[in-house]
Amino acid sequence: MDKEQGFYHSLDIDGEKCIGCSHCMKICPTEAIRIRDGKAHLDAGRCIDCGVCFSECPMKAIYIMQDDFGEIHNYPHSVALIPAVFLGQFPDEIRVSRIYAALKDLGFRHVFEVESAALIYAEAKNRYAMENKDKEPLISSFCPAIVRLIQVKYPSLVDNIIPLKAPLDISATYALKKLTDQGVPRKEIGIFYVTPCAAKIAAVKSPVGEVKSIIDGVINMDSLYNIVFKKIKEQGKDYVFPPLQTPRLSADAILSTLTNGERRICMAKRSYSIDGIHNVIDFLEKLENDEIEGVQFLELRACDQSCAGATLSCENRFLCSERMYGRARKAAERERNGEVPREREMDAQKEYLIECSGVEAVQPRSVMTLDPDISKALEKMEKIRKLKECLPQIDCGLCGSPTCDSLATDHVCGKGSIEDCVFYQRHLEKLGKMSPEECVEKMKNIWGDDRISGELN
Amino acid sequence: MHLEYTVVEGDFVNAGTASSSVKKTLKQLNVQPAVIKRVVVALYEAEVNAIAHAYGGKVLVDIESDKIKMTVADKGPGIPDIALAMQEGYSTARPEVRDMGFGAGMGLPNMQKNVDKMNVTSEVGVGTTVEMEVNFNA
Repeated sequence: MDKEQGFYHSLDIDGEKCIGCSHCMKICPTEAIRIRDGKAHLDAGRCIDCGVCFSECPMKAIYIMQDDFGEIHNYPHSVALIPAVFLGQFPDEIRVSRIYAALKDLGFRHVFEVESAALIYAEAKNRYAMENKDKEPLISSFCPAIVRLIQVKYPSLVDNIIPLKAPLDISATYALKKLTDQGVPRKEIGIFYVTPCAAKIAAVKSPVGEVKSIIDGVINMDSLYNIVFKKIKEQGKDYVFPPLQTPRLSADAILSTLTNGERRICMAKRSYSIDGIHNVIDFLEKLENDEIEGVQFLELRACDQSCAGATLSCENRFLCSERMYGRARKAAERERNGEVPREREMDAQKEYLIECSGVEAVQPRSVMTLDPDISKALEKMEKIRKLKECLPQIDCGLCGSPTCDSLATDHVCGKGSIEDCVFYQRHLEKLGKMSPEECVEKMKNIWGDDRISGELN
Repeated sequence: MHLEYTVVEGDFVNAGTASSSVKKTLKQLNVQPAVIKRVVVALYEAEVNAIAHAYGGKVLVDIESDKIKMTVADKGPGIPDIALAMQEGYSTARPEVRDMGFGAGMGLPNMQKNVDKMNVTSEVGVGTTVEMEVNFNA
């Protein structure tokens, strides 16, 4: 975490486990990773917490920080705020009520589902959309990795982001209001968000456009899955749990977290739903050029299959998604039979919740800029162009930067050297300006001392 | 700084190559997003024009510390009446070009709207040159 930049990142690299294989560096959509001294290093200004590196790392050296599970016991009224995709992690035979029971047995006094606020969030968005036609295409604030991507790479589009808290914050506000209305003191309430991804943690710890989040702790979805699954196995098949209020979300709410979930219930005439960060980047490039006209609403999600494919999802994303569709089908049937989804309880607080859900406009924090002074930036750019002519343009990554272009930029910004390029080194060797020993030394500085040691017997 | 791009006749697939590249450059130079947008919109229109109406051409870009100058020079039929072509909705685009979503007669007027200075010169049967300038500090 880089304090200087003022941005909290939940992702970090474990230097002990990292072997500097550079898989993460090559896949990072914002070119935030470099290899130095045989290890991967994260640039806090560029990282958007999308978690692509986490999933790519073969050594499991990238981890997502979370709060200690034991902390829930510090609050008499501990609240588990779980995303609907958490329920999609479990095999079909483990029913939703059984998972709720296990969460209570583990010490959570209350369980709320994030998506219970989905329809209030949808209404808040629709109201904003009615009054802000001039800001179309409006971009959903649902996915925090997308909000950060736009801040760093597409600063011209920050005003298109709908300045509203995500369902997670709205449901947290609701849980807090419900308990305090019952007379529970605030300090006895601990709201723990079970997160499916790194970006959501970062959004909680360092919210965009909001001063402080009301969430007291974050627990990673994969680790809670282990804890809950173990509990259920221990309790055995025949375990009888006391009756509890089973969650009854509407089909719309359950599906809201999946791809198309927001789009299918938005009022826009023309809208798109795009998942997968590289797909989103392709689209935003075109959008920024004004090549796409007449779009009113965009649902953009960093992960393929949206939150079903989230970084901390342990289940295959398609299986998880289908389970959620299964649950939604049942919910739809109940709705047809006249049963009212429980989330409607929240409707009594709707106006209050919508009022609380506004945030300040999202600010750009472009990482593209070479220098705040345009004349200096121009000079640097000329230099980069000259450097690029000396580089092979094969993006091999052996210099410890992801591409030839990024090495040239790193060189000019004092974060790397063109002499780290193996092709340029051969050129210098040929001219007698660099010795083989110096080349080996440079290689060691990037990839570590023990990388160049193998001998064939 | 000087940049050059080639535009190929009928190559709508690659329309936007020059404007995307210029956009990236201006972002690196810390130019205001609103200004970048105007540059990109104008240059994209000019690129499409050269692709749709002419037999290809060149895009020349010069970036200085306070402004960007763009010249899109094509070899093509030329424009007989520039004042008429500058009117919104006036178009000579072929039906197949219109079918692709281009040729609504908004190109030149839209370019004019987005730049600080624009000059169109044309010779019938030879080609058209559009020169545009956008100041960074509005």
